[in-house]
Amino acid sequence: MLFQLDFTAFTPATAIAGGALIGLAAGALALGAGKIAGISGILGSTLNDLTTRARPEGWRVTFLGGIVAASFIWALFAPVPAAGFGESWPVIAIAGLLVGFGTRMGSGCASGHGVCGLSRLSVRSAAAVAVFMSFGIATAVLSQRI
Amino acid sequence: MNILAFVCGLVFSIGLLISGMTSPVKVLSFLDVAGPWDPSLALVMVSAVAVALPMVQLASRREQALLGDAIAFPPRVGITRKLLIGSAIFGIGWGLSGLCPGPSLASLGACTWQNGLFFLAMIAGMLSHETWQRACQSARTCTREIGTH
Repeated sequence: MLFQLDFTAFTPATAIAGGALIGLAAGALALGAGKIAGISGILGSTLNDLTTRARPEGWRVTFLGGIVAASFIWALFAPVPAAGFGESWPVIAIAGLLVGFGTRMGSGCASGHGVCGLSRLSVRSAAAVAVFMSFGIATAVLSQRI
Repeated sequence: MNILAFVCGLVFSIGLLISGMTSPVKVLSFLDVAGPWDPSLALVMVSAVAVALPMVQLASRREQALLGDAIAFPPRVGITRKLLIGSAIFGIGWGLSGLCPGPSLASLGACTWQNGLFFLAMIAGMLSHETWQRACQSARTCTREIGTH
């Protein structure tokens, strides 16, 4: 059976509230600074600048800094939700490599193509979302059963 | 602009943390549609797009952002093979781990070896793509030079 709702795990209120904050941050960066809040692009460009000894753009560094800072501030008051990783280090390492390589090759991740691209009504981003969603679902369904 | 970007980063991260998207188990229970299914991730996306859409649409109709900088959105280059293959590779990594770049950064405060390892591997993946791109570009330049001579 597909799509059997797990009512104990489903958290609609925090999902909508958290999503609204994500959208607000992405919208404010677009409207206020004219930039797209795509994490893989911002992180990847900063890494490229660092490896070529160019000066990374200030807004990219502070945006990434804000994300990491919030995570550590959150950790002071409540546990950071990070459960469910498993213990297999090769799987985690391979997954990280694939996510890093794939998001740069595909020019975006769930924030850039997902939130920002869909908000731009970009057909290109919609195609990217459809592909990474399908492959993500197929991989998760298979890997949870092996 | 740097301060605005910092505040946006903070809010973005808190949004990910509140919604539970930093938790691989929550993301995987969305992606694994054959198990007990948690549709929270879909609601997060819908909610985020609903809030961002009017602001992004307004921005794309302007020449300048509110702080005076030019609107610098990526060009619409159409659907390329690179986009599709890259997104597929990303999807496989996402489905294996339940993490993507934003949540990976926003969960670093958890200070687990899993988070640290994923983050470092993701950076290695990004750098290896860049190295590959540069090698491709110089190879292409070489071919072009050979072709013209």
